[in-house]
Amino acid sequence: MAKKVSIAQYWGAGCGGCDVALLDIDERILGVAEMADIAFWPIAVDTKLKDVEAMPDKSITITLYNGAIRNSENEHVAKLLRQKSQIMVSFGSCACYGGIPGLANVTNKKAIMDYVYNKTFSSINPDETLPQVKYQAPEGELELPVLYDTVLTLDDVVDVDYYMPGCPPAVSLINEFLDIVEKHVKEGADLPPKGSFIASQKTLCDECGREKSYEPIDRIYLPHEIDIDPEKCMLDQGVICLGPATRAGCGAQCLNANQPCRGCMGPTAAVEDHGGSMLSALASIFRTADNETHLSEDDILKMMSEIKDPLGTFYAFTMPKSIIKRKVTERKAEVSE
Amino acid sequence: MKMTSTQHETQAATAATGEQFEPKIIAFCCNWCSYAGADLAGVSRLQMPTNFLVLRAMCSARVDPEHVLRAFSKGADGVMVLGCHPADCHYIGGNYRTRRRIALLKMLLEQYGLDPERLKLEWVSASEGVKFQNTVTDFVEMIREMGPNPLIEAEKQHKAERAKYGH
Ligand code: SF4
Ligand code: SF4
Ligand code: SF4
Ligand code: FES
Repeated sequence: MAKKVSIAQYWGAGCGGCDVALLDIDERILGVAEMADIAFWPIAVDTKLKDVEAMPDKSITITLYNGAIRNSENEHVAKLLRQKSQIMVSFGSCACYGGIPGLANVTNKKAIMDYVYNKTFSSINPDETLPQVKYQAPEGELELPVLYDTVLTLDDVVDVDYYMPGCPPAVSLINEFLDIVEKHVKEGADLPPKGSFIASQKTLCDECGREKSYEPIDRIYLPHEIDIDPEKCMLDQGVICLGPATRAGCGAQCLNANQPCRGCMGPTAAVEDHGGSMLSALASIFRTADNETHLSEDDILKMMSEIKDPLGTFYAFTMPKSIIKRKVTERKAEVSE
Repeated sequence: MKMTSTQHETQAATAATGEQFEPKIIAFCCNWCSYAGADLAGVSRLQMPTNFLVLRAMCSARVDPEHVLRAFSKGADGVMVLGCHPADCHYIGGNYRTRRRIALLKMLLEQYGLDPERLKLEWVSASEGVKFQNTVTDFVEMIREMGPNPLIEAEKQHKAERAKYGH
């Protein structure tokens, strides 16, 4: 029987973990191989970009694109695969929200290049040579992708049909998606509405079995600073856990390993700004002092300074999809720089 | 007074475009105190700059961080959150949450590269029309000195970069 489906998987600015995650479905991968041809998957199959270019439009059934969009090649391949595919899935937190590479938005291209090529302990580069986009080699002109100043998400550059967050997406969610595809292919079942998240609609706290007391807290502990009680809510113990602001679906994996949630599933549908939502929740559980009326705003600032790195904590996976998106420079600061 | 380079720049820009920078300010006022305070300032005909837009919320604690962030991303040069004095919040402790959120938001804005002074928290009661007037006037002047919200310029640069490299 001819296979009805062809699948592509590509990595943009990611770590490769999402590619490996697809293999974590164990023997089910054989079922996938039975159901589908692999049209393009650089980590596993030797197909070249020019092969994809030669394919008719919409001839790939599903593309799973992981990784953020951080250079001209990431964007070029995203657009090419969009043109060649019927369904585009934003696979993993990097593609959906920018993910960990998205934290590069706290700096910029110039500073990154300078640091990597001139300032690291292991760089010896007296002429301060930086990689060039074009280079004339004896064999001909060589070209490198252009690094962008701002990390983007997949849906910033192409139309996305489904989102599958997670760093990487949980095996259970990958299986859920494969079930949907299988039913669609074999039985003609409907696909979910465009724009759906292959994840839960609830918050992680809903999925987490820990006991909650809703007691106010006085200070913040880093996970290694205390013996975390595995039965009790992290926030009740003063450990920052992004559960209240984060979409469920991962099975509370980190909590099961007695570690707080860092928010890789991103925000729920009701929220635009993941970090803002967590900031709000965390600020609300700080104890109100008896002498509250005597406290100045500076005293409060000191109290909140317990939280050392709000941006890195609340937006660890979602900075490019946050409302502000990237670091900017005030004119005053520019002049003094 | 010695001029800062920012002022020089602002003046140069003014001379070039013939326009003066007029800050756009969003003022969130809680329904029970600060909105009434703003109203009092209005009916008492107190003179104030007209650069601000009042948005009424039931309580200062109803102002979600997302509202503040969105105001900045849409081009507000400054945002004020005005609520009842400590101990006076209509909902008992709403303003205690507000002040914690605003403190944390200021830390966050600074990490994003914005001057945290662009966000201001102040307590204004229903009888403090004059305090409302002074708070708004001083804030508008401070933001005028500070210059426009850099997010707008960054967005322009970003668009230019996209036009250059985006396929
Ligand atoms: S989402 Fe996580 S696992 Fe996937 S590419 Fe990004 S960093 Fe790697
Ligand atoms: S905050 Fe974290 S530990 Fe507490 S209930 Fe939510 S997910 Fe569980
Ligand atoms: S617990 Fe949080 S950080 Fe861990 S996998 Fe789930 S969503 Fe991601
Ligand atoms: S009602 Fe005014 S601050 Fe809560």
